[in-house]
Amino acid sequence: MMATAGKIRHITPAPEPTPRRIEPVAGVPLIFELSCDGRRGADGPPRPDGVARGADILGRELCREDLAGFPELSEPQVLRHFLRLSQLNFAQALQFYPLGSCTMKYNPVLNEEMAALPGFAGLHPAAPEHLAQGALVLMERMEATLAEITGMDAVSLAPAAGAQGELAGLLMIRAFHRKRKELRHKVIIPDTAHGTNPASCTLAGFQVVVAKSNKRGFLEAAEIRRLASNDVAAMMVTNPNTLGIFEPEIREIADALHETGALLYLDGANMNALLGVAKPGATGADIVQLNLHKTFSTPHGGGGPGAGPIGVKRRLEPFLPMPRLMRTADGLRFDTDRADSIGRLRSYHGNFGMLVRAYAYVLALGGDGLAEASRLAILGANYVRKRLEEKFPSATSEPSMHECVLTHDLEKRAGVSTLEIAKRLLDFGIHPPTIYFPLVVAGALMIEPTETESREILDSFVAALEKIYDEALDDPELVKGAPYSTVVSRVDEAEAARHPILRWQPKEQ
Amino acid sequence: MEIPQGLKYSKEHEWVATEESVATVGITDHAQDQLGEIVYIELPAVGDKVSKDDPFGVVESVKAVSDIYAPVSGTVVEVNEDLPESPEVVNEDPYGDGWLIKVKMNDPTDLDDLMDHEEYSELIAREKE
Repeated sequence: MMATAGKIRHITPAPEPTPRRIEPVAGVPLIFELSCDGRRGADGPPRPDGVARGADILGRELCREDLAGFPELSEPQVLRHFLRLSQLNFAQALQFYPLGSCTMKYNPVLNEEMAALPGFAGLHPAAPEHLAQGALVLMERMEATLAEITGMDAVSLAPAAGAQGELAGLLMIRAFHRKRKELRHKVIIPDTAHGTNPASCTLAGFQVVVAKSNKRGFLEAAEIRRLASNDVAAMMVTNPNTLGIFEPEIREIADALHETGALLYLDGANMNALLGVAKPGATGADIVQLNLHKTFSTPHGGGGPGAGPIGVKRRLEPFLPMPRLMRTADGLRFDTDRADSIGRLRSYHGNFGMLVRAYAYVLALGGDGLAEASRLAILGANYVRKRLEEKFPSATSEPSMHECVLTHDLEKRAGVSTLEIAKRLLDFGIHPPTIYFPLVVAGALMIEPTETESREILDSFVAALEKIYDEALDDPELVKGAPYSTVVSRVDEAEAARHPILRWQPKEQ
Repeated sequence: MEIPQGLKYSKEHEWVATEESVATVGITDHAQDQLGEIVYIELPAVGDKVSKDDPFGVVESVKAVSDIYAPVSGTVVEVNEDLPESPEVVNEDPYGDGWLIKVKMNDPTDLDDLMDHEEYSELIAREKE
C-alpha cells in the first residue's frame, strides 16, 4: 500500500528563509556567494615523502600560495548547487523544444549506451592505428553511410561542427579553383541563408553576393543565372531553405552554376526533411555538410559537442581535410600523403563520440526508418501550420517541409511582439520557437517540431499559441509581462549586449 | 512615427540633412523602431570613402544585424564618436544625437534620387500594409 502524502508530514517545516545576505542573482546564489571561509569538500591525499612540491618544479613565481576568492564549500553543497542549476535548464529531455532550424530532436538512450562502450569510450585518440581498428571501421562505415544518404562520393568526418564543415567546404572550393588556376572571389548566398554562411565565406576570404528569393519564398534559376559569372566560385544553398520550402529550381540552379565553372555547396542544416527521401548529390550539389547534432540525433547545444561531416563529389575528393582513412592489406590506417588536402581542421579525428552516436541512430532506424523519420518531421510541421493557420498564418503559400514559418497580426492589433509571444510560451512549459528568422519575414515564428513528438504534444503546443493569441487581444499587458513561471522573468538583453559583465566580481567591502 | 520635414530619405531608411556640400546621415525613426534596441554600431573612419547604395556600416540590435547603406557618395568628414559607447542614442534620438556620419558629397545631384517627407511617408504606409 502506498503512503499518502498527508500522513508522512512529520518533518518540522522549515522556517521562512531569512532575507538573503546576498543579492538574489537569478533566484539562485552563485557558488562564490555560498562560500564559507575554511569549509572544504574533500581532503587530498598527503604528499608522500620525497615528492617535490609543484612550486619546487615550476618555480615559486608560477604558484600561488592562496587561491583568493576561490569558493570553499562542502561536498553536499556543491552537489546541491549544481543539481539545482541543472534543474533550471530548459531541456529537450524535459519539454517540447520546437526551435526552428535547430532540429532539437530526441537523443535516443541507445546512442549513449553505444558511445559508453569501453572500447569506444576508453580509446585514446593517439592510440596506434593497429589498436584502434574497431573505431576506424566504424568511421569507414559512417563515411559510406553518409555518402549513401547524401548521394556524394566521399565523406570527411573531421569537422567538429556545422560551421567548421562550412569553412572546410569553402576552403576546398578555394583550393579547387586555385588548382585550376582560376581566380574566383565571390560566393552567392540567398537572402534567406543562416548567418553562418556569409560568416564562413568571409572567414575563407570570399566576397558575398546576395541572391534574392522570390515572393513565394524560393530561389529562381534566372536570378542565379544573372549573378553567376567567371568570378563566382560557388553558391551556398540550404535546402529546404530557412522558410522550410524545398527549392524547386535547385537542379537548374546547379546547372547555371556549373555552366560558368562555379560549384554548388549545399548546407545540410535542414537535412531532416530529406533523409532517405532526396539526395543532395542528385540535385547537383558538389559539397554537402551535415550536422550530426541536428539530423542524426546527437546532442545539440550545450550538451554537444557538434559534428559537421562534409561529403563531396569525386573531383573534390583530393581536397578533403585530414585525416583521411585508407584501406590497406593490414586494415585501416590514416593516409598522410595528400598534397591537395586543405589540411587539418582540429586535433585527432573529429568528435568521435558523436560519430558513434550518429552511427547507432542510423543502424537503429535503417534506411526505411530514416525516410519515415523525415516524413513524420514533415507531417508534424504541416500539422502545426494547418492547425494554427487562422491565428498564425504561414509566411508562404508553398508547402512546408520539416519546419514552418508563421507570422501574426498581434503587433498591429495589440502591440504585442513576437518576442513577447515567445516569452509567454515559457509559462506553458514550452521552449519558444526560433523568432525573427528568416529575416525576410516580419515577426517570424519558425517552428520545427521534429519527428518524435506525438500528436498530443503538437495539439498542446497549438492550444498554447492560440491561448496566447487570445490573451494578447484581451489583456496585452499579461503577455508583455511574461514569463511568470521561470526563475528569471525578463533579462535586459539590450543592456547585456551593450555592457556585458563577463565574470563575477566580489562586492566592495 | 516621426518623419521630419526638410530631410531627404532613402528607401533603405536612412535620412540625410545637408549643409552646403556636407550631408549628415542617420537612420530613420521607422528603422530604429523596426530594429528594436540597438546594441552595437560599426561606422567608417574619417577620411573613408562611401559610395551611394553601398553599405558603409553595420547596426546590430537584439533582433538582427543590418547593413547601413550610403544615401550619397563622398568622403567621411566626421563620425559620431558617442555611438560605440552609447548605441541606445540612435533609438532615443534618431534624428538628433543619434546621427551616424557626415559626408562631404562628391555630387550633390545624388540627393535628387532620395525621397522627401511625403514620399517617404507613403513608403512607410505601404510597408505597413
